[in-house]
Amino acid sequence: MSLDALSALYAAIGVIMFWLALGVAGLVRVHDERFVFRILFPLGSLGGAGLTLVGLAGLTQPAASLVLPLGLPDLPFHLRLDPLSSFFLALLGLAAAGISLFSAAYFRKTAAAQPGLTGLQYHLFLVSMAAVCLADDAYFFMVAWETMALSSYFLVTTDHHVAEIRRAGFLYLLIAHLGAISILLCFGVMQNTAGEYTFASMRGAKLSDFWATAVFLLALVGYGAKAGFVPLHAWLPEAHPAAPSPVSALMSGVMLKMAIYGLLRVTFDLLSQQIWWWGVLALTVGLVSALFGVMFAAVQTDMKRLLAYSSIENIGIALSGIGLAIIFHAYAMNVLAALALIAALYHCINHAAFKSLLFLVTGSVLHATRERSLGHLGGLIRRMPWVAAFGLIGTLAIAGLPPLNGFVSEWLLLQAFLLTPGLPNSYLNMLVPVATAALVLASALAAYVMVKFYGVVFLGQPRDGKLNEVHDASKWERAAFVWLAAACVLLGLAPVAVIAQLDNVSQMLVGATLSGNMGRSGWLFVTPASPERASYSAPLFLIGIVSAVLVVFLLVRWVYHGRARRAAAWDCGFPQQTARMQDTAEGFGQPIKQIFEPFFRIERHLPKPTDERPYYWSKTEDHLWYWLYLPVANTVQWVSQVIGVLQHGRIHVYLVYSFVTLLALLLLIR
Amino acid sequence: MTRFLFSQLFQTLLVVLAAPLLLGWVNQCRAWLQNRSGPGWLQPYRVLRKLFLKDAVLAYNASVLFRITPYVVFGCMALAASIVPVLATDLPFSPAADVIALVGLFALARVFMALAAMDVGTAFGSMGARREMLIASLAEPALLMVVFTPSLISGSTALTTIVETLAHSRLAIYPSMAFAGVAFVMVMLAENARIPIDNPATHLELTMIHEAMILEYSARHLALMEWANAIKLTVYSAVGVALFLPWGIAQAGDWTMMPLAIVAFAAKMAAGGAGLAVLEAVSAKLRIFRAPEFLGMAFMLAVLGILTHFLLER
Amino acid sequence: MILPLSAQLINLLASLMLLLAFAMLAQRRILSLIHLFALQGAVLTVNTVVVAQSTAQAHLLYSAGLTLILKVIVLPWILHRLIDRLNIRWDVETLINIPTIMLVGILLVILAFNLALPISQLAGTITRATIGIAMASVLLSMLMMITRRKAVPQVIGFLAMENGLFFAATSATYGMPMVVELGIALDVLVGTFIFGIFFFQIRETFDSLDIHHLEKLKEK
Repeated sequence: MSLDALSALYAAIGVIMFWLALGVAGLVRVHDERFVFRILFPLGSLGGAGLTLVGLAGLTQPAASLVLPLGLPDLPFHLRLDPLSSFFLALLGLAAAGISLFSAAYFRKTAAAQPGLTGLQYHLFLVSMAAVCLADDAYFFMVAWETMALSSYFLVTTDHHVAEIRRAGFLYLLIAHLGAISILLCFGVMQNTAGEYTFASMRGAKLSDFWATAVFLLALVGYGAKAGFVPLHAWLPEAHPAAPSPVSALMSGVMLKMAIYGLLRVTFDLLSQQIWWWGVLALTVGLVSALFGVMFAAVQTDMKRLLAYSSIENIGIALSGIGLAIIFHAYAMNVLAALALIAALYHCINHAAFKSLLFLVTGSVLHATRERSLGHLGGLIRRMPWVAAFGLIGTLAIAGLPPLNGFVSEWLLLQAFLLTPGLPNSYLNMLVPVATAALVLASALAAYVMVKFYGVVFLGQPRDGKLNEVHDASKWERAAFVWLAAACVLLGLAPVAVIAQLDNVSQMLVGATLSGNMGRSGWLFVTPASPERASYSAPLFLIGIVSAVLVVFLLVRWVYHGRARRAAAWDCGFPQQTARMQDTAEGFGQPIKQIFEPFFRIERHLPKPTDERPYYWSKTEDHLWYWLYLPVANTVQWVSQVIGVLQHGRIHVYLVYSFVTLLALLLLIR
Repeated sequence: MTRFLFSQLFQTLLVVLAAPLLLGWVNQCRAWLQNRSGPGWLQPYRVLRKLFLKDAVLAYNASVLFRITPYVVFGCMALAASIVPVLATDLPFSPAADVIALVGLFALARVFMALAAMDVGTAFGSMGARREMLIASLAEPALLMVVFTPSLISGSTALTTIVETLAHSRLAIYPSMAFAGVAFVMVMLAENARIPIDNPATHLELTMIHEAMILEYSARHLALMEWANAIKLTVYSAVGVALFLPWGIAQAGDWTMMPLAIVAFAAKMAAGGAGLAVLEAVSAKLRIFRAPEFLGMAFMLAVLGILTHFLLER
Repeated sequence: MILPLSAQLINLLASLMLLLAFAMLAQRRILSLIHLFALQGAVLTVNTVVVAQSTAQAHLLYSAGLTLILKVIVLPWILHRLIDRLNIRWDVETLINIPTIMLVGILLVILAFNLALPISQLAGTITRATIGIAMASVLLSMLMMITRRKAVPQVIGFLAMENGLFFAATSATYGMPMVVELGIALDVLVGTFIFGIFFFQIRETFDSLDIHHLEKLKEK
């Protein structure tokens, strides 16, 4: 890519303007479905592909910045394209290209009331995310950030006739704004020292340890609210299922990463120092989120909620990598910090690919069956072979299995964890290795969850009669699947090339790269520390498995035979097998419920043996909802009631309030 | 290069072909311990031959996934057999995966097996899949902790490096390795569906795990599954040997050591198989919800291994 | 770095001590608990003998003998008789969530190891690396006393704690003066007798050895 940094920045702005134009163009013919979905969305997909290329070009370039003649008089919009923002732009473009393609078919089928409006909100969402990556001053950043929150809110509440969806949207908006306040305060603290709201001046400012810690904590809370770190996760499993599938894919695959972007920007770029215990905090929050997310994913009965909880898990894994990077960087072990950071970034882009893919798969299933509940699905591999095939790729990738992409990032992260005994802190170098077990448990349980997801949706016998008449995905949908599945496979098979790109980001943030270690072993092997220490080669893996499978297949056919006949399933000789005898989603999650019981709040109703019409019912909820959210909500309610006493409805009483306030201020300030 | 390829091919074929022998030997030892005369060591080969000759029977609704799974599982195990240094450390495939990637490879086979078990949609299939995934997800943290100790001692997670470091260090008592070794055996029992977690000899409906998953398979598919399972046991044992008893594995380029390496490997496998039979004869199968405790114990032992390494051996 | 054989042996025995402490923490059956306790005493004896041999400290041999008699033979025997007489030989105690207790135990071990690091750097004995383990076994025994509901396992926890202290003394300073050691031995013995008498009293009063009944004794 021979694009210099400034032209890459212009190209990125070009894509943004293009998306904006597409959104506005939808307004011209608000009710024209064909125009909006068949022309504008595919064009948007092209924009996404373009943005991916721009991001790739920007990765290898030094930073370029630009001041736009927009914004406040003395605070114009500052833009900057550096490797960090390029990486996230590429991630956005990659996911958006596939999701826009899918949306072309998806929204058409749902017959949104005003296609043009949906198009505008959708493209505004994309634009705001790109703008978040490019912003180089706190003001523009906040504008973009809030636009992102609002446009996604409107997208989540597309079906605003349903009370449940309105409630989910409200919760989302509320937590998003709490987060935004925290981010605003974070920038405020930095501005106090820097004197200006531009990131450039914040970068130069030297904060005391106390204020730096305040900034970090505010950033962790603020971005954590958007990313869904436990305990700020409550909106995520509500909003994702409520939103239309492409929007869930964008939110889960891309928007959560914007929070990671913000956290990295503040922690490694704007702050000049890191303190080791920040890393410990981030690591703990990350591991707790990962475990929490995967455990709750295991007991879900709604396929989109399951994926939403799995997003909490994945974002937790990425955060634990960042935490490790902070620890290493604080102890000036920059190469190891680069390893942990690259693992986290790698996981971000992997998650963008496979989670978008899986959300789109649920979109196709949802469309074909009108069913989100796992209890009414099953056996779709026979009716929807295309969706099932791509779903399998997504499933294997997210379950962290070689040779696909999920495995690479988890492997890199584990290698980083395995190197923690070198830390010059005796508590840390004993505790962190033990904490690694939490990461492994989370990724092993992720495999459990994904077997459940895939097995219950696509395999077995159909749990509902209507499933026998469903149709497969349309061409647009398949194209989207191909794009995202190809991303999963390529990210998995060419880790060396990906890491070479990510090196630019790690060079910028922690001042070290992995290429020194990788270079010696060529393009075939990933060797994060040294070839003797650990190596992994995805292409060899694939070649090995494929050739072994082929050889065995041919040998069996050649030496013996390939005869097969069909019969009823054996099932230990049970004569009658109905679809109701398979595991339900609930049954599949039951062992997790039992083993990790203290983590869940379970209400269940067991039928008595004498019941005429036995009915089993159980509800699994989150303790945090009762321990944290409801008490806070009740307190707020109470406070507002107390304050409500002041309200009388008579104008002159309000005027008295204003008058007293004015007097008090005059007296106070003098 | 051809020499490397030859040594690679030789080892892979040896492990793949000899794997049923280990299973036969374990079964024979167990028969002796139970005062039976036993079917002989070669019984697994006869069973495999019989199965390969039969016509496969598939359920009406079995999908493609169900049919390709036996090949995928077998392929994964064959690849695993080419990665673990069994006879010599100079394998071209070895750098393709360290211990962690090897665990990933086993996980790949397992996920395919679990999905295939759910494919036909019978009660036992999904039960087996659920239990297998559960046991595996609890075993994996313990396994990682087990691997941590040798990798701390040798500064590597690559099996060849671990073998070369450990086999050449002076003989010393590593309490940490003893802990890790015991934990490894426990994890190995769980991952290979042996007593006390699962009973490979049972078809009693409600206690099955592994057998429940492959219940719908017949003929060549079943043969491949059974064979893959035997390879898995052998490869796991070979990993154990590489981590904890690496003496006798030939060094890179040292061909004269090859015969000795084969003898050493056979001896270790024979001893390990007999040990496994004894373990299975003296212990009873645990209830499924006691398995977390068993694996928790393995986890704790492995962690103690790491901690004692930090305290005593640094 | 290759340590001399005796140091390696001591390290091995120390690890066994730690393992036994964990095993006791997780053991449900009272009878097995007593066996584990006796085994811990045996490990302690062997360890003391090895230390005595390698450092030529003759008085350690006496204390090894004392340990053998008291902790491997007499105390387990008393405990056996006690549970026979109380008829709780086969009792199984319901423990709250063994994995959680194990995790807490692991955290305690990490804490103990880190606390012991400066001490071991000060100590000049060949056994200094094991101070951390001694400390860990003391803490683990206390944890065991905290987590048990029945009285007898609590007493075993108390005795195991004494084992840990003895081990700490051996590894930090090659044992205590003989007088102190004899005194402690006597204390432990008498303590066990007193506990035994208490058990009978508790059971007569409450018809159970579950110590949560003692909660009723507080003044209202």
